Amino acid sequence: MKKKMLVLLSLVLALSAFLAACGGKSGDDKEKVSQNLRLNLSTEPFSLNPGLANDSASGNVLRQTFDGLTRIGKDGEPENAIAEKIEVSDDQKTYTFKLRDAKWTNGDAVTAEDFVYAWKWALDPKNESQYAYQLYYIKGAEAANTGKGKLDDVGVKAVDDKTLEVTLANPTPYFTQLTAFYTYLPVNHKIAEANPNWYKDAGDDYVSNGPFKMTEWKHSEKIVLEKNDTYWDKDTVKLESVEFSMINDPNTTLSMFDNDELDRAGAPFDTVPTDSMKALKDKGTLQTQAIAGTYWYKFNTEVEPLNNVNIRKALTYAIDRQSIVDQITQGGQIPAMAAVPPSMFSENEKGYFKDNDVAAAKEALAKGLKELGLKDASELPTITLSYNTDEAHAKIAQAVQDMWKKNLGINVKLGNEEWAVYIDKLHSGDYQVGRMGWLGDFNDAINFLELYRDKKGGNNDTNWENAEFKKLLVDSQTETDATKRQQMLKDAEAILMDELPIAPIYFYTDSWVQKDNLKGIVISGLGDAQLKWAYFE
Amino acid sequence: MIKYLTRRLLFMILSLLLIITATFFFMRLAPGNPFTSEKQLPPEIEANLNEHYGLNDPWYVQYGDYLLRIVQWDFGPSFKYKSQTVNDLINEGFPVSLVLGLEAIFIALAVGVTLGIIAALKHNKWQDYLAMIIAVFGISVPSFIMAAFLQYIFAIKLGWFPVARWGTFSQSVLPAIALAAGPTAFIARLTRSSMLEVLSNDYIKTARAKGLGELVITVKHTIRNAILPVVSYMGPLSAGVVTGSFVIEKIFGIPGLGAHFVKSIGNRDYTVIMGVTVFYSIILLVSVLLVDILYGLIDPRIKLAGGKKGE
Repeated sequence: MKKKMLVLLSLVLALSAFLAACGGKSGDDKEKVSQNLRLNLSTEPFSLNPGLANDSASGNVLRQTFDGLTRIGKDGEPENAIAEKIEVSDDQKTYTFKLRDAKWTNGDAVTAEDFVYAWKWALDPKNESQYAYQLYYIKGAEAANTGKGKLDDVGVKAVDDKTLEVTLANPTPYFTQLTAFYTYLPVNHKIAEANPNWYKDAGDDYVSNGPFKMTEWKHSEKIVLEKNDTYWDKDTVKLESVEFSMINDPNTTLSMFDNDELDRAGAPFDTVPTDSMKALKDKGTLQTQAIAGTYWYKFNTEVEPLNNVNIRKALTYAIDRQSIVDQITQGGQIPAMAAVPPSMFSENEKGYFKDNDVAAAKEALAKGLKELGLKDASELPTITLSYNTDEAHAKIAQAVQDMWKKNLGINVKLGNEEWAVYIDKLHSGDYQVGRMGWLGDFNDAINFLELYRDKKGGNNDTNWENAEFKKLLVDSQTETDATKRQQMLKDAEAILMDELPIAPIYFYTDSWVQKDNLKGIVISGLGDAQLKWAYFE
Repeated sequence: MIKYLTRRLLFMILSLLLIITATFFFMRLAPGNPFTSEKQLPPEIEANLNEHYGLNDPWYVQYGDYLLRIVQWDFGPSFKYKSQTVNDLINEGFPVSLVLGLEAIFIALAVGVTLGIIAALKHNKWQDYLAMIIAVFGISVPSFIMAAFLQYIFAIKLGWFPVARWGTFSQSVLPAIALAAGPTAFIARLTRSSMLEVLSNDYIKTARAKGLGELVITVKHTIRNAILPVVSYMGPLSAGVVTGSFVIEKIFGIPGLGAHFVKSIGNRDYTVIMGVTVFYSIILLVSVLLVDILYGLIDPRIKLAGGKKGE
């Protein structure tokens, strides 16, 4: 009997210890009029060191805590941030940035050396930055990062404390967009040199130079940002604090929003559950915005019968995109009949061909069958349509399977795999038709087109290569006339949309719900959110 | 007793070694690697990363290195979280899961045993039926449905508790109940059936014949024997509950260890997969050992040193 009492007693003790540990802090979340924003980040960030970050969660935090040479403004165009003045040489290969008087959160001045240090640190192979290739536009950067050249030869130089000179490998008209990207953010070199682990936790050594500073980081639990009083543009910032919880369950976060535990739920910080989209839309609370991303099916152009361009055309034309976005995705997505999102080529809202053009599809099919020496579509081998395991992808694939069967009489088998397995199969060419998506890193068409430049390029997957297409892209790199360059890229896209190694399905959107009095969260064309201008009314 | 313990410990180490070996090699068989991503890395960068993490070494070198590090309780860096080592993940996640788990076990035991005893004592009366209906619900409703249901009723409709997150006692109530529901029901059924069995024994009749009170018979003679199956269920239950339930932790946004079990596999975060598996195995092995020792304390008929359990 005594022993059992002991067991019971210890359980009671354990519980009371817990109660004691938990007591004290309750009844928060009551202040409504204050400028404290509560958001949810769906996952712990990979790293809050700008040189190491390579994921959206990290980007969502860094964009608020750091300020680069430029920042994407409210109108979606890059505007000067730490750079006060930008001079571009005639050959468009040398950029001279004059820095403004700005301070780090510890009071140090932001100097040109901080940029040089940060960029070279990311390029140093021993620091294993997975996004170092974002800096390859700088002369000598790729060589230094791949061990073929020296870091000293990278084209970035601090002329003096307030002048940064950058030499590029090629004219890059979108370079001021890139300098707003997180891999290009500065790092306080004094701190980083003294403490190589400065970025691992919030604290005295975690210094930043943006609208907010990070005051608390409980890994996998929450991140707290507070307004940064040393920020050069601090009068613009109205929010006092931002608290990111880290909950990876969209249904829970939507409930939390409904229950006034969050001020906003949805992209780009986390997601709105697909099942709730329709209800929220009917209620009129769902907000959506087009972003630079394309959801497409890739064709493996080296397997029968997908090596035939007319078969690919038939398959592409026979998809009813409008009903996919209306019935399945329901987030206001735009049917895609082009590869490059409308934020880069505005006429791409219409695209290169008609959506759900069954007649043209049948015509192409007949032509393709003839070329293959077949009489009927039923003689074609069964095509496997692959996707990574996910409810929305599955529904889209089932719809497309049905469209291809009904419109063209082609038999389609569905196959799905877990994400890492799926990616591996696609990258190694072990598939026939596979779904994939691409979200732009910067707002320029080259970002989408260069995927298909080289057959063995890491993200091509289709085994497709076209000499003319490649030449246009290569030539565009040295073209300094913006209009001509834009035309070259459009011509290239026309080739891509004629050869169709990919079947575009829709252009992505961000969808979210937020408090009525929450204003000024700016979503860029790439779908990135900035809180610099946000406030509660 | 000491001989028995040494032997058990040896077997534990052997099982652990088997678990480590199997996990290590099966994990590597899965396609993809920690750097697999939608936007494929330039090959030079990937090669550099593989080199840094020792993924280019022959398997026996990697395996040997890993065993050496485990002995020093060093699980290595995480591939997916640059700011934390696997030891950090465990040190921060486990206490959270432990508190949640203990709370759930406390609820499960208190409610489960009580329900079971009532059901057995009022055999085939309405109390019995009611208790068993509750138990059937507890077992058959999946925990994620239970969790969503609790959130809806007690957080959104009644506003008694917050929907999610972790840190205060009120935030822990709903997840603990959701986590305890299944085990509570199981314990109730277990207690009921073994109580019924014990109640039909001769010595209970003897006790009754002696004129002992119903309370003394129940507490002193019946429960003590009837509780044994519950105790043996406690081993795996506490290991499972204490290391965290993935589903519950995900739904309630709790930063425990459970989430890492599943997420690390999707991420191919090799070191986290290994670290969490090893840690979980140790907890499981130790709790099974503790249960066996507890047996001897509750039921003196079971002699540990005899080599065979008297079940």
